[in-house]
Amino acid sequence: MAVALVLVLIVVGSVLFHLLSPWWWTPIASNWVYIDNTIIITFWITGVVFAAVVLFMAYCVFRFRHREGNRAAYEPENKRLESWLTIVTAVGVTALLVPGLFVWSRFVNVPSDATEVEVVGQQWQWSFRLPGKDGKLGTSDTRDVTTDNPLGVIASDPNGQDDVLVEAADLHLPVGKPVKMLLRSIDVLHDFYVPEFRAKMDMIPGSVTYFWFTPTKTGTFQVLCAELCGQGHPLMHGVVVVDTQQDYLAWFGQQQTFAQLSAPQQTGAADNAPGKTMAPAKTIAPGLKIAAKLETVGSR
Amino acid sequence: MVDITPADGIPPAEVAEVELYHPHSWWTRYVFSQDAKVIAIQYSATATGIGLVALVLSWLMRLQLGFPGTFDFITPEAYYQFITMHGMIMVIYLLTALFLGGFGNYLIPLMVGARDMVFPYVNMLSYWIYLLAVLVLVSSFFAPGGPTGAGWTLYPPQAIMSGTPGGQDWGIILMLSSLILFIIGFTMGGLNYVVTVLQGRTRGMTMMRLPLTVWGIFTATVMALLAFPALFVACVMMLLDRVLGTSFFMPAISEMGEQLQHNGGSPILFQHLFWFFGHPEVYIVALPAFGIVSDLISTHARKNIFGYRMMVWAIVGIGALSFVVWAHHMYVSGMHPYFGFFFATTTLIIAIPTAIKVYNWVLTLWRGDIHLTIPMLFALAFIVTFVNGGLTGLFLGNVVVDVPLSDTMFVVAHFHMVMGVAPILVVFGAIYHWYPKVTGRMLNEMLGRFHFWVTFLGAYLIFFPMHYLGLMGVPRRYAELTDMTVMTESAHHLNSFISIMAFIVGFAQMVFLFNLIWSIRHGREAGGNPWRATTLEWQTPQTPPAHGNFGKDLPIVYRWAYDYSVPGAKEDFIPQNMPGSFGPSREPA
Amino acid sequence: MSVIIVFLFVIAGFAGWWLSHQGLMSKPWLEQGLAGDFVALDRSALPTAKIGLGVFLAVVGCLFALFTSAYFMRMAVSDWQPLPLPRLLWLNTGVLVLSSIALQCATVAARRGQIDMVRLGLATAGLTALAFLIGQLMAWRQLTADGYFLTSNPANSFFYLITGMHGLHILGGLVGLGRTTAGAWNAARPERLRLSVELCAMYWHFLLFVWLAVFALLAGWAATFIDICRQLLT
Repeated sequence: MAVALVLVLIVVGSVLFHLLSPWWWTPIASNWVYIDNTIIITFWITGVVFAAVVLFMAYCVFRFRHREGNRAAYEPENKRLESWLTIVTAVGVTALLVPGLFVWSRFVNVPSDATEVEVVGQQWQWSFRLPGKDGKLGTSDTRDVTTDNPLGVIASDPNGQDDVLVEAADLHLPVGKPVKMLLRSIDVLHDFYVPEFRAKMDMIPGSVTYFWFTPTKTGTFQVLCAELCGQGHPLMHGVVVVDTQQDYLAWFGQQQTFAQLSAPQQTGAADNAPGKTMAPAKTIAPGLKIAAKLETVGSR
Repeated sequence: MVDITPADGIPPAEVAEVELYHPHSWWTRYVFSQDAKVIAIQYSATATGIGLVALVLSWLMRLQLGFPGTFDFITPEAYYQFITMHGMIMVIYLLTALFLGGFGNYLIPLMVGARDMVFPYVNMLSYWIYLLAVLVLVSSFFAPGGPTGAGWTLYPPQAIMSGTPGGQDWGIILMLSSLILFIIGFTMGGLNYVVTVLQGRTRGMTMMRLPLTVWGIFTATVMALLAFPALFVACVMMLLDRVLGTSFFMPAISEMGEQLQHNGGSPILFQHLFWFFGHPEVYIVALPAFGIVSDLISTHARKNIFGYRMMVWAIVGIGALSFVVWAHHMYVSGMHPYFGFFFATTTLIIAIPTAIKVYNWVLTLWRGDIHLTIPMLFALAFIVTFVNGGLTGLFLGNVVVDVPLSDTMFVVAHFHMVMGVAPILVVFGAIYHWYPKVTGRMLNEMLGRFHFWVTFLGAYLIFFPMHYLGLMGVPRRYAELTDMTVMTESAHHLNSFISIMAFIVGFAQMVFLFNLIWSIRHGREAGGNPWRATTLEWQTPQTPPAHGNFGKDLPIVYRWAYDYSVPGAKEDFIPQNMPGSFGPSREPA
Repeated sequence: MSVIIVFLFVIAGFAGWWLSHQGLMSKPWLEQGLAGDFVALDRSALPTAKIGLGVFLAVVGCLFALFTSAYFMRMAVSDWQPLPLPRLLWLNTGVLVLSSIALQCATVAARRGQIDMVRLGLATAGLTALAFLIGQLMAWRQLTADGYFLTSNPANSFFYLITGMHGLHILGGLVGLGRTTAGAWNAARPERLRLSVELCAMYWHFLLFVWLAVFALLAGWAATFIDICRQLLT
């Protein structure tokens, strides 16, 4: 009796928890509402199956519990029933899979008008690179990474000269425009993850991965690293600000290009000295901040 | 109807080739024993011991997550070491070793009607190498720099870099060495389990008469023999990368402003190798549990397992399919996106045979005579948690749904439910079921029921709400959940609740351990066949079974393993070795 | 990962063939008693030790198939530079073939009960296998002398890793062969000796096969062969 009751309570409790608890996903801020819809479909189908199986079990436990003189029925198999159950399951699984695959094909096919934005992960901070006037990102190589060229942009590539570098600072994106995030790492695996955008992808040193989305809401969103990347992993936060087109252009105008940042070293001139000293200071600061925090935690 | 009895002149079924090993001293009887039953107990005890370490580690992690900032000694470094060791120990050194080394060694010879494993000496070596692997693993706690903190997946490059605890110290070297030893030891044991099922079966024991427990362990062992080499290859290559400076998995890397010597390696290659092992590993743990739970349900519901043939086909089918789904762990790893279509399809197809198994378990209950014994309770709890965890697998297997959920607490909740809680509940059920055979005494009923309710409900309360943290976007493997917009005030409360439940559930395991030890002396006498079960291990002349298992003559098998409540038979069970034909519509063979 | 998948298909073929003889479609609840059919369904007629070795060789095969898979995956990247194979490897291959032939002779002799021939075959096999190992070490030395070090590029690392792993398996085989040879000189139990010699031969032939595959892989023929197959298919 008690067992059957507990089984029923588990089903009821789980459903109520799902419906009433305050813990639910963050409001979506990208075009991937399809993914949310697929999750909802999955919740419905799996929820029905879970309730059906456990309630059936509860009924069996209640109805066929051992009493003096009882004897179980003898039924080795029932081909018809088993075939039916197999077919119904296959239909249910297909109902989950087909919409999922459709959305996935959208996810992997980047629209041609998407602008490229490069994200570079390193222990334990985020940097960004946006194409300049030519609309193209220059090539890069981890072996070219130095303190003066923290993203490893290849200096000889003309496409890279006007690239805008955002080193360890906030990334701004215009609302309503599809972006293709090109993901790169210069040390270990990282994963660029903004919960509100739903999309994410690992970044692998030595290759460039990507995903795309269209921001649909203006606002400030937190970037989290979603692939274990060493002891600073939980502190590897970043910020993405989704702006109106106007605000975005204003922000973009204030950023420095690769050529501007690396010019002082080539000429040796002192007039651009602030730019020269700014760049390394900027890149190292957050990394050091985390390292310092880890140290204080360690010494506690 | 023809009654066939041994008097028909059927000679006793002896295996001529196998020379039974005889212990000569206390040392060879209890320590360096070649008897599978002793080895099984050694395996189980070692696995339980190291499992307790992993349990304590999980408590420490829950302290940090549930009450952030309160426990200063749990630094991020320490947290990652705990999480890595917890995962590795639980998956490999506890569950794999317990199901295959423990239950496999004890049950296979008894259930197939053999005197022992076919290669007893190799079997003994298997245990000692396993023990050595465990000791090497434990030694990393005392090594300079402590154990590795790379996460149980040990992804390079970070696993062997200085930003990870133990990456440039001894931790990772000891971990990889321990895994290599484990695999060598396991292969020795695995050969035994497979060949004993192939060649050690007694007369009349056809494959289709085997209990599903043996089918589950057998298939899992075959899978493990083919999957563990992938981990072996990955470990050897990473060890060379770390110790000799090769670049199998290490691309050009600029670490903290410094260029490393490595160049040209592929981190994704490691992930493919790791998950080629890692996914079958899930089923290596699950299939023995499937098999055992089938037998528990059938015995305690006094009814044959519904759809035995389908159950066997499903076990074999799941085993085969599990080798072509590995990349569903890598949907967001940056591999070619078109792989997603293929692996999502294979992954969801595997849900069908798994669902059939669930249907057949619950249909076995239908019109049964359900004895709510403790093994039965654990079997029911297994179905609940397994169905729950299996269904959340449909979220993660469906490639696009996995994108927002991967690497969040949803994944943690899912795999704990499906391959942590569910198999462990089966382990408990199996221990309550077979303890009387191993020791001759029953486990204490009251302590058992307490243990069951706390473990089952507590574990459900830990992991069910955890899914919703993942849905909110809380990432896994975060040592500190501070300064995060997704972590609302209420989410912190939920985390504290989960931590408290984790302590309660952990405490209940201490009660269980006490019960295990106390009942050896003080438990109720069990007799030879307390559950009135059909399978051969309950028909041994002595309880606990003596050396050689079956006395002078091996049993001869006349029927399948599930003759419960057969119409026309006097008792509601007919042991497999009982001759004679029963039932209204059954053709004599 | 295509190589390992193909390998597993072969294993699945064996498993399927075996399963098809186990009456998976039968209804075991209807079949009571112990009839003639059942005996045939029982164990295989092969000695248990041979089946055990067969299963072990499947595991070893799996290991090398995985190394091959990893090799191909890395090879697909454009910066792949294979190292030139030393000529000595041809000689080593010949020596290993001799070793296998010697063991085959020993097997035949053991079946006929010619104990002297068995001893000769075993000794020859052991010495040639040792010669193979020494030859492999010399090939390594030659390569390092020419500047192809373990760590200088991934192709080199793979070369040393795979040949080293194969050498370790030969070394393990030599332990078994040593025990068998000792048994041949004691000549206590001819039945048992025959079985051990057969087991050694089985292991040796398998490792020869693995070596030929590894050699083809490292020399680049395997890749060419696959390319040709691919072109034929498309």
